[in-house]
Amino acid sequence: MNPLLQARGLEVYYGNFQALFGVDVTINEGETIAIIGANGAGKSSFLNSLSGLAPSRADHIYFEGRPVGGTSPFNMVKLGIGLVPEGRRLFPSLTVEENLLMGAHGRTVDRGWNLDTVYDLFPVLRERRHQMAPTLSGGQQQMVAIGRALMANPRILLCDEISLGLSPAIIRDVYAALAEIKKHDTTILIVEQDLTAALNAADRVYCLMEGRVTLEGAPASLSKDAIRRAYFGA
Amino acid sequence: MSETVPAPTARTVIGTPISRAAMAGFAILVIGLVAAPAFVERSLVADLVLVFLMITLAQCWNLLAGYAGLISVGQQAFVGLGGYCLFALIILAGVDPLVAVLLTPLIVAVASVPIGFVVFRLQGAYFAVVTWVVAEVLRLLLAQWQALGGGTGNSLPRTATSEMFALEWVSESFGVRSAAGREIIIYWVALAAVVVVIALAYAMLRSRLGLALSAIRDGEMPAESVGVNILRNKFIVYIFAAFGASLAGALYFLHVSRISPDAAFSVLDWTAYVIFIVVIGGIGTIEGPIIGAILFVVLQSQFAVYGPWYLIALGAFGIVIILVAPRGIWGLFSQATGIQLFPTRRRLVLDNARTSNQGE
Amino acid sequence: MSAVNTIVQGILLGGLYALYAAGLSLIFGVMRLVNLAHGDFIVLAAFVLLGLGTALGLPLPFALIIAVPFMFALGWALQRTILNRALTGDLLVPLLVTFGLSIIIQNGLLLAFSADSRRLSLGELETASLDLGALSIGVVPLLTFVVALAAIAGLSALFYRTPLGRTLRATSDSAEIVQIMGVNPRAVFAIAMGLSFIFIALAAFFMGVRANFDPSAGPARLLYGFEAVVIGGLGSIWGTLVGGIILGIAQTIGGSINPAWQTLAGHVVFLAVILIRPTGLFRRQ
Repeated sequence: MNPLLQARGLEVYYGNFQALFGVDVTINEGETIAIIGANGAGKSSFLNSLSGLAPSRADHIYFEGRPVGGTSPFNMVKLGIGLVPEGRRLFPSLTVEENLLMGAHGRTVDRGWNLDTVYDLFPVLRERRHQMAPTLSGGQQQMVAIGRALMANPRILLCDEISLGLSPAIIRDVYAALAEIKKHDTTILIVEQDLTAALNAADRVYCLMEGRVTLEGAPASLSKDAIRRAYFGA
Repeated sequence: MSETVPAPTARTVIGTPISRAAMAGFAILVIGLVAAPAFVERSLVADLVLVFLMITLAQCWNLLAGYAGLISVGQQAFVGLGGYCLFALIILAGVDPLVAVLLTPLIVAVASVPIGFVVFRLQGAYFAVVTWVVAEVLRLLLAQWQALGGGTGNSLPRTATSEMFALEWVSESFGVRSAAGREIIIYWVALAAVVVVIALAYAMLRSRLGLALSAIRDGEMPAESVGVNILRNKFIVYIFAAFGASLAGALYFLHVSRISPDAAFSVLDWTAYVIFIVVIGGIGTIEGPIIGAILFVVLQSQFAVYGPWYLIALGAFGIVIILVAPRGIWGLFSQATGIQLFPTRRRLVLDNARTSNQGE
Repeated sequence: MSAVNTIVQGILLGGLYALYAAGLSLIFGVMRLVNLAHGDFIVLAAFVLLGLGTALGLPLPFALIIAVPFMFALGWALQRTILNRALTGDLLVPLLVTFGLSIIIQNGLLLAFSADSRRLSLGELETASLDLGALSIGVVPLLTFVVALAAIAGLSALFYRTPLGRTLRATSDSAEIVQIMGVNPRAVFAIAMGLSFIFIALAAFFMGVRANFDPSAGPARLLYGFEAVVIGGLGSIWGTLVGGIILGIAQTIGGSINPAWQTLAGHVVFLAVILIRPTGLFRRQ
């Protein structure tokens, strides 16, 4: 297997506050990885440092074997690292289609994602392409956020809490779309509090607690007890 | 835990040994300054008046911007109102100049309430520009007041200033002519003004209000959780700043005995210079504006003759400081040494060090 | 009939104020920056036009054609070198930096051009007017208004119909999130400031043709532009035109009653508007 994105001893500080303490995570090409953990475990700090939004040292993050930590977010996406941010964060004064087109700014290669293929993945967005983003339902907004990240044609898609605030039926739809995206040779990293959704989708799971990795493995190999301990502490 | 060891008790303190020593030092300094006119040259007395007035203005602006987050570029409104109020009281109402100086800030503070209602309609950067518009409105309005000279301005009649309260006594005791005696009285009132404004500003910052304001400004906690009405408190600071600025304005225009709309509402003299002083000295501290004002008056006396070049240098210096060292001279010094002469933050002190973790 | 004339003059004057306002509104919208040196840059641009006219002997319209890209570049460079550093999230820093720039520009112009009043000359066009019955409309004020209308329509089209406009609006929504789209917000800010300076060049041209100016004329231009922005509603491009017109009418009516009240009447109407509707009359949803 070919490591695509790696964190090696990743530490993240916000001023004097340390959020991550030497996190090691390897994401191989084509895998779907889930990062689970309680609120405040450091999941978002981890994702933000991978996408460049949180500061990190160059030799703490590797992309295709090259140190890329601390690269600005607008260059991270051009490397092929796309982010679906927590809370969706659509541009409220732009239409659905304009939101998607903003995503194309980070595009450096064509891996098959464009307006047409994104609309094929989420047909409801084609109907609503000229609506302003805030007028959509939560699930539709999440689809725009995923589609917007896809428009950059990323090698790896980082998804932060994409099930947050959505109904179970919608969560199923969103994860079905992720499975579809994976078929496009796209590596996926999901950060989730919804354990069931995460364990069903992932090839491997990492559990974070208080800024450290406490558990790692394939979902089938992990007992519920082990997960509970890794999640909440002993 | 044995019963003989008392439970640790904690209390909050603000003062430090250095700050208590500094208080004593300041007290001695003030006494020295009160007596200074007897020893020093007349020109130095005039310079010190300017220093006192600029410190007063700078403390007010510092309270507004550094603590309440209200960035005003229109404090000249209150300096100008102070000057015009003083002239109106003396010329039109025949009030004794010294009494007029004391009445003026009270009147202007009252006038600042309706003005505040207007400018508080906008926030942030827009607040800043609205304060400037208000100052322009006042300048244009007072230029229409023909009884006080209209657009060209007016001078105080010699009779009004030569019969000032306590003037005869001061002139005789110091053995000086009445013009110099008048300067000494103004000097004392300006000294009193700066001491009072610093004391009030310091008391305000050490109070619960000050603590809440800095917590809110630093984004440490939302205002509601501190249980303070943030808008009301900002308004109080605004009125206080109007009070202080008008007192400085009244003293300045009594000092120069002449007023015109352009001088009274000058954005350069009463806002740009004051901002420069606060930024250079160190925003958000009591010490910063004092240092900044002394530095400014020295710079002014040495380099003002270079006119536009001087102002260009001042502007560039200010920009560099705010970008490179936004805490100013005192901020750099305080950071390097840990010294605070006027500490405002409360520190937690555990009384039984033996049983405590020594943590702060 | 003179009342109608006053109002027409006010509307046309409003075109000039809209030119002052559009650049201010644009940069506030995109980066939440209030440029306190905006008026001083208008005066600076007027002196640039004057210099191109006298030094190179260019007719004024040609000077403007050179000045527009020059001012764009100046705005772009200003943002890249100084103002991007000032956007730290602390409101105080950009205000103080632009306030410092205002003082530097005023005094720099004073050194270079003295305190004398100047005027840009368009020759015979300046006094030409169209007679429409009882109404007499000056060609220059009319031209000012038409150019303002066209420039604002152009800005609106740029903003709502082009990829650059889309990026400007997205950056206005969130300078953080555009980064994960692959956009460097600082580069966007520099373009926005350049666009703002194109409006500054246009405003300078018509200001200088319509009235005298001197190095200290900047702050008043800033205040008029700011008032038009707020009256029209923050963030609304066409609102700046409406705000400019309301301000222009207020000033000409005030000035027709008593010449000393012209500026005052504009300020008073502005203060009345913020008392009644602090978000302006046409705030974008």
